[in-house]
Amino acid sequence: MGELEGLYALWYREMKVFTREKSRIVSSFVQPLLWIVVFGGGLGSAVSLGGVNYQVFIFPGIITMTILFSSVFFGLYIVWDKKIDFFKEVLVAPLSRVTIFAGKMLGGSVDALIQGGAMLVFGVVLGVNYTLLSLLSSFLFMFILASAMVSLGLIIGANMGSIEGFQLIISFLVFPMFFFSGALFPIKDLPAYLLIFTVIDPVTYAVDGIRGILLGVSTLPVATDLLILLGFAAAMIGIGTWSFTRLK
Amino acid sequence: MAYAVETESLRKRYGELVAVDGLNLTIKEGEIFGLLGPNGAGKTTTLSMLATLLKPTSGTARVNGYDVIEQSADVRRSIGIVFQDPSSDDILTGRENLYLHALMFGVPKHERAQRIQRVLNLVDLHDRADDLVKKYSGGMRRRLELARGLLHNPKILFLDEPTLGLDPQTREHIWEYVENLVKTEKVTVIITTHYMDEADRLCNRVAIIDHGNIVALDTPSALKSKVGGEVVKLRTKSPRLDQVRNLDYVLSVSQSGSTLLLTVKNASAHLQEILSMVGEVASVEVRSPTLNDVFLDYTGREIREESGEGGAFERIARARSGH
Repeated sequence: MGELEGLYALWYREMKVFTREKSRIVSSFVQPLLWIVVFGGGLGSAVSLGGVNYQVFIFPGIITMTILFSSVFFGLYIVWDKKIDFFKEVLVAPLSRVTIFAGKMLGGSVDALIQGGAMLVFGVVLGVNYTLLSLLSSFLFMFILASAMVSLGLIIGANMGSIEGFQLIISFLVFPMFFFSGALFPIKDLPAYLLIFTVIDPVTYAVDGIRGILLGVSTLPVATDLLILLGFAAAMIGIGTWSFTRLK
Repeated sequence: MAYAVETESLRKRYGELVAVDGLNLTIKEGEIFGLLGPNGAGKTTTLSMLATLLKPTSGTARVNGYDVIEQSADVRRSIGIVFQDPSSDDILTGRENLYLHALMFGVPKHERAQRIQRVLNLVDLHDRADDLVKKYSGGMRRRLELARGLLHNPKILFLDEPTLGLDPQTREHIWEYVENLVKTEKVTVIITTHYMDEADRLCNRVAIIDHGNIVALDTPSALKSKVGGEVVKLRTKSPRLDQVRNLDYVLSVSQSGSTLLLTVKNASAHLQEILSMVGEVASVEVRSPTLNDVFLDYTGREIREESGEGGAFERIARARSGH
């Protein structure tokens, strides 16, 4: 009972922070919209892929990007949390570290899910036909991706002493994960040097899965995407929990 | 008499550095106990070990009868902590901060609202409870954290440098609140401080800590009376000390630059004689001893009051990164 209430407390705090930082919510839509409207619209006037317009083709990729970025950033934010404010108070509470990790992870995943979910609205403008099943399965994919990426951010953040490495992580981890994922191009028939990175990039399977669900265009069967993504998320959550038990 | 805290040979080492060196300490229930010492003396490390935030290298400590290593969750439930640095969430309101604390510390649902209101009243924040903490002053924030520390009815409240960085008027207020809490809430309060006036004003007993060990422990007035006389402070360019040292009513002599500090029995009766021996004097001051003189007496150094030491977490962070 105590641990569950603690979990709720941590989640409640993240929701309050999320809803109060309105500028953050607004700005989180700007970049994905630029990608869809400007990049997708511009290139889409000349290109179509997999039988769909380019703008529609990258739409699942941009949803994935929204979740990827907001999840990893949320996790990395723990570096600040560790130094200041509320987190001290959390660490001294009679709660297990597993609970603290789970609370953070769920809080961040729900944040990301709200942002990713809101992106789905733009699909209506783009002419994506939603069904209840496709919406629910997209949310499932988004949630698994978010929980994996928040965990990844928390793992890095928990082991990082200062925020100086932040830019490095953006440049060498987050951006590559986005670009290699096939969010912007089909991953069939890639040259070998690209294919290697695409195959080891966990985000690839989220993009492919969501694209399969929403547009009916995918390289791997959606179930395969789901399994690989689930495996990655389980590993991240496992390592994250372990990192938190070592955190002082 | 039950003890709130008992430690036995409590020790903390960071590599070569011994932060706390075999501390033996008993703190009685219901007292305000002060750990007084300069920066780096080991006060915050001691506090962190008692609060189960740091594991001792060796030795044991029992807090409210619970072992800090074996029963850390019980210890945590039975203590409240106010950190040196602000630890309330400034994007939430005061009431929301308290609500979260109540959830995390397992305050029963039906008691939450009532207890939150009670602690808000204790620190006079009831009319600002629904403002964002961002809009609080430093003193208000400290009061909110005091209230939060008490929310789950702890038997011991730890205050780490409770008035560091606050202006004199606000400090006075915080002291009044703390004294009031001890009376109404029947908690044991353990504070760390490097402010002499704070220890003197607030504490029933004070342990003077230097280099990770207790050099003196008693009530503030007993500590001061151990100095054994009044303090005579002289400013002089070229003091002649040989004769002064030999006077039997002069208990101690210390000199730093042009300032001379003498501890003198019945100083007012002997002042004339001292002055004639010392030579030309720019200024003279006779006063009763303060805890600062006690510290000087025991360690040969003065406590510097200009800066606080890093908070518990900065120290932990430093320790982890190997410094």
